[in-house]
Amino acid sequence: MSFLFFKSIRTIFASNFTDLMKQLVCISKTPETTTQIKLSADHTSLDTNGVNYILNPYDEWYALVRALELKEQVGGTVTVINVGDATNDVVIRKALAIGADDAIRINTTPDSAMSVAKAIADASKSAAYDIIYCGKESIDYNGSQVGAMLAEYLDLPYINTVVKMELDGNTGTLTRDVEGGTETVSTQTPFVLSAAKGLAEQRIPNMRGIMMSKKKPLQVVEYSNEQNNTVVDEYQLPSGKSAIKMIDADNMDELVRLLQDEAKVL
Amino acid sequence: MAIGTENGIKKSVKTDLYQHHDYYGIDELLDQDHILARDAIRDWVKEEVSPIIEHHANAATCPEHLFKQLGEIGAYGPSIPAEYGGGGMDDIAYGVIMQELERGDSGIRSMASVQGSLVMYPIYRFGSEEQKRKYLPKLGSGEMIGCFGLTEPDHGSNPGGMVTNVVDDGDSYILNGAKMWITNSPVADMAVVWAKNEEGKVIGLIVEKGMKGFSAPEIHGKWSLRASITGELVFEDVRVPKANVLPNVVGLKGPLSCLTKARYGIAWGALGAGLDCYDAALRYSKERIQFGKPIGQFQLTQKKLAEMITEITKGQLLVWRLGKLMNAGKATPGQVSMAKRNNVKIALDIAREARQIHGGMGITNEYSCMRHMMNLETVLTYEGTHDIHLLITGYDVTGLNAFS
Repeated sequence: MSFLFFKSIRTIFASNFTDLMKQLVCISKTPETTTQIKLSADHTSLDTNGVNYILNPYDEWYALVRALELKEQVGGTVTVINVGDATNDVVIRKALAIGADDAIRINTTPDSAMSVAKAIADASKSAAYDIIYCGKESIDYNGSQVGAMLAEYLDLPYINTVVKMELDGNTGTLTRDVEGGTETVSTQTPFVLSAAKGLAEQRIPNMRGIMMSKKKPLQVVEYSNEQNNTVVDEYQLPSGKSAIKMIDADNMDELVRLLQDEAKVL
Repeated sequence: MAIGTENGIKKSVKTDLYQHHDYYGIDELLDQDHILARDAIRDWVKEEVSPIIEHHANAATCPEHLFKQLGEIGAYGPSIPAEYGGGGMDDIAYGVIMQELERGDSGIRSMASVQGSLVMYPIYRFGSEEQKRKYLPKLGSGEMIGCFGLTEPDHGSNPGGMVTNVVDDGDSYILNGAKMWITNSPVADMAVVWAKNEEGKVIGLIVEKGMKGFSAPEIHGKWSLRASITGELVFEDVRVPKANVLPNVVGLKGPLSCLTKARYGIAWGALGAGLDCYDAALRYSKERIQFGKPIGQFQLTQKKLAEMITEITKGQLLVWRLGKLMNAGKATPGQVSMAKRNNVKIALDIAREARQIHGGMGITNEYSCMRHMMNLETVLTYEGTHDIHLLITGYDVTGLNAFS
């Protein structure tokens, strides 16, 4: 009886806090995972001809869905933010279709991690979000930098590669992947995290969500970005994989010879 | 090749590697809604259909848990207004949804297109406000399953010859007769049934499961659409309240307008099956080595693949334009017939050629092409046979009726 009473008090406390809970999810657009990557003639950019784009899976499946789960639990709002031009609107709409309440697109070229982080920091500082999410990396450049830089610009704690996150009042308990194991840390809101596989599970938007996304606000913010301080000199494609060699199970000598002379692993 | 169970059946661990093919950049002609809807249904099919479909097709069992899930994702009546339980989308969105469902399996697409085009659509179009409020939200969510009774054992291509009939009995009609080849009927909660009244005019009635004298036995032994359940509808002095009559239509144009809508969806759907076969054959032709090179390097394989993608591209342009006409309310039944007939036939031909490219592997359920091929044999003749659609076009261009 007393336990139940205690629990209901906690629920009231939680809901009081969470009426104000504001979450921000940083989303990016990346080439589809099956894209055949081709480079421009001077090897300094991706040849975007015929490339299909998707919402970066770490942002979509883990960061956005965890934010939505938390909102369903404690209320508040989930905003998504993206840096780029109007061709990004289709992935922004997907995030709205999955359940985000509104979106901000910072209308400038995402030149580098630092320029993206600065743009997001400038656009989000005054809104005082309680939790800001990034995916642990985008699946194209795999930089894993925006989250840390954003936290630095906002002077907030940053917890990366988060696989579990619970919130109690304004205390977040987060479990993150570390080499060979996990680490659990706690911190107070506001904080920035980067989401890894395991934080949540993919949600496929339904048709109703897709139609509702049309009515949700997508605010376009003009922004002049002078923060780009890296220049790409060159990209190189990895050398092609060689074919699998099948060796007869009776021919161990040949296997050893190949491992020694060709693979050079013995 | 299977591990784990879900709903009591084994889930395959084989990854569905399907990639969309858009040789003419037709995506640029689509709206964001269409792309988002298509990609969402594709993800859903990869997640929920592909891992279980071979099991169900092999065992000839219907994955009944998908009825509810199809409702949740929004695959029923996407072009019916949201206030009545539909999606409020346009006809191209409906088309891409059908394409992606049938990319998974024609039987799954049939489950959805019957519910949406043949049950929800006539209630939405011809039903009373009360009927719409009573049935459409539940049908849209998949809480209720519906079926459509037009074809009879002795009247397929000639529905006007139907013998199922009603006799006026005060507040009710007394319904007698039988319907055949009814998708979903053994599991359906209700049926939209077309019958002749005492003046010989066709009317539509909503018949509910549990009404005395109404039964829906399953048809067994199909070599096609094995993951979709098919049955009969049998009416023996079934008392149907007059409140269950669709008030706003009399005559064959009622059921035929539903079929136009469904056939339009099939024209898109069949492309999905064709795309899946082409995609699998293209991948296999690059992996399978014979005479020291991938079979895709042989001219005869390239001929097959080149013809497949040519026909797919033509079919994609056909349904895209037809979708525009449907959205504008200008598509004619003749135009829908042409697209249904063409796209089903090319899909069937592609399935057969894809099967050949796969060689012996093509006859197993390791690959989807033979399942699609067997499914498409049904699709070729249901909702208007291949030949009847040709004669509709013939009638349309000559003005001379080959049926009379």
